[in-house]
Amino acid sequence: MKIHEYQAKAILSQYHVPVPRGEVAFNAEEAEAAAKHIGGSVVVKAQIHAGGRGKGGGVKIARNSSEAAELARGMIGMKLVTHQTGPDGRQVHRLLVEETLPIERELYLGIVLDRVQAKPVFMASSAGGMDIEEVAARTPELILKETLDPCMGLAAYQARKLAFGIGIPPASVPAAAAAMSALAKAYLAMDASLFEINPFILTRDGKVYALDAKVNFDDNALYRHKELLELRDLNEEDPLEVEASRFGLNYIKLEGTVGCMVNGAGLAMATMDIIQHSGGSPANFLDVGGGASAEQVRNAFRILLSDTHVKAVLINIFGGILRCDTLATGVVAAARELKVRAPIVVRMEGTNVDLGRQILMESGLNFTVGADMRDAAEKAVKLAAQQGNPQ
Amino acid sequence: MSVLVDRSTRLIVQGFTGKEGTFHSQQAIAYGTTVVGGVVPGRGGARHLDLPVFDTVAQAVRETGANASVVFVPPPFAADAVMEAADAGIALVVCITEGIPALDMVRAWRFLQGTRTRLIGPNCPGIISPGRCKIGIMPGHIHTEGHVGVVSRSGTLTYEAVGQLTRLGIGQSTCIGIGGDPIIGTDFVDALKLFNEDPETRAIVMIGEIGGNAEETAAAYVKANVKKPVIGFVAGQTAPPGRRMGHAGAIIAGGSGKASDKIAAMREAGITVCQSPAEIGEKVQSRL
Repeated sequence: MKIHEYQAKAILSQYHVPVPRGEVAFNAEEAEAAAKHIGGSVVVKAQIHAGGRGKGGGVKIARNSSEAAELARGMIGMKLVTHQTGPDGRQVHRLLVEETLPIERELYLGIVLDRVQAKPVFMASSAGGMDIEEVAARTPELILKETLDPCMGLAAYQARKLAFGIGIPPASVPAAAAAMSALAKAYLAMDASLFEINPFILTRDGKVYALDAKVNFDDNALYRHKELLELRDLNEEDPLEVEASRFGLNYIKLEGTVGCMVNGAGLAMATMDIIQHSGGSPANFLDVGGGASAEQVRNAFRILLSDTHVKAVLINIFGGILRCDTLATGVVAAARELKVRAPIVVRMEGTNVDLGRQILMESGLNFTVGADMRDAAEKAVKLAAQQGNPQ
Repeated sequence: MSVLVDRSTRLIVQGFTGKEGTFHSQQAIAYGTTVVGGVVPGRGGARHLDLPVFDTVAQAVRETGANASVVFVPPPFAADAVMEAADAGIALVVCITEGIPALDMVRAWRFLQGTRTRLIGPNCPGIISPGRCKIGIMPGHIHTEGHVGVVSRSGTLTYEAVGQLTRLGIGQSTCIGIGGDPIIGTDFVDALKLFNEDPETRAIVMIGEIGGNAEETAAAYVKANVKKPVIGFVAGQTAPPGRRMGHAGAIIAGGSGKASDKIAAMREAGITVCQSPAEIGEKVQSRL
């Protein structure tokens, strides 16, 4: 789960990671009031779940509170387009108004899970304020790493090593190392999956701050951090994906015309691949899971079809736990209820396959049966093409 | 021959009396797996499916001589169940559970270092040696005895590959689902090594997906060590970057984990890579 910068900073500050003084604002009046509280010049930052906001015009400096109000009026409601939002951009609904700080140097701190070592790894770099992936590709020697012991966190010596390593002046090393240890502690305690502080700054008076904060949480651990659920911002998610998540379905909307419904994540990805291989393009990723009920299948089908780009549907099920008759019952019910016009190609294999096929055939609805995965994909792509171009 | 499991495998089921535990235990018994009992804390002394239930794994091992365990315990308790099995000296633990917090697995993985326990999974379909032993949730009837080893990060996509093989009359020595999570006990290299050393495995199918770089590491291992034909597929060639495709571990992050990089590394190592998931069976046939 992703959260906004202002929410991330509030959490980090509870763990004693130094962050600039700031307030969230949902409109120009609140932005003006925030700027007054903070005093002096402030930075107004659009809050969306995507990076690259500065380049897109989502981060601006105001010299006083009336300028802050003016900037806020321009930013609230704007479509902010960055390299991470896609061409449609993201509408801005919230702003973070923060004090400005005298930046001496921009550094980078991050924590991610290292799959190979099966431990979180703490990264620090002197090359802050830039795209860290580019730094990693071009000058990997500028990224220092220390693994986090899952029981111990970041040891004090590791934090010092990183702080000295990225060139923090000795007088500021204790503060920097303390901030790093605090970050590690927060990461482990909150079941985070990603921390990125870019930039982590050193000010001219020798202090350190997390000037930006990107924090993601492990969805699998949210059950023990219920307070985080309130931080979810549905404006940042695709409405169909939100709807799917309500029914425990894994759905990701894509740009193509062949809707697909599959059981299992690997097979669902492979089905998208074979659609493309057959000359078509997948409209979505949809994994109905191993033990889907007829009700879940019905909802999956409804969500899939509410994407107006879908011209044909490919159902690809290899029944293990999910029985083919359960699937067929759900599909027939949904197709009747939704008065489906798009052609549907079904490929089923596995447990109770004959019963499943029988249910489909006896429904009187227009199903095309695919003999195998290739045949089914080719038929679906052909039918989608016959349905004409997407609106 | 098979790897890791055979007719001498004596299995206990952790989370034995739950819905999943019950159903898949019945399936395993019907398949011919020697299930010797189950563990459900607080239900010790009861009988389920005509088998004994124990409070702890240690007790179950003592009473039944179990040497393998399968975990159907819900996510909040699953990593602990894995550690309990390792502590009781179980040699092979297969964790089916999906949705275990990553940091729980970090701790469990660390716990397993230095023990004699091999973990398969979590978030995996399990392991099957056709005709001998089935531990997990895969449909037994699609498999057939033979000489192809299958290792995969996916569940149903593995069934798809196995289905294609069986239809072509090509049997499998052992199929290992290593799991779709970022932290797993047995990785591609472990499985490839086992298949490479197994005299009855003549070819290996390796099914990867986007996310991480396990396929690249496996390709390097194949290039240096494996003389048997290896046939591969990587799911997610059309997956958008930055999105988690169902599996916790299936995400292209920061330009790494892309299908194209994995395919290139595998080809470079001499692995026959299928462009389409429909051609896995045919490609295996062509290399036997």
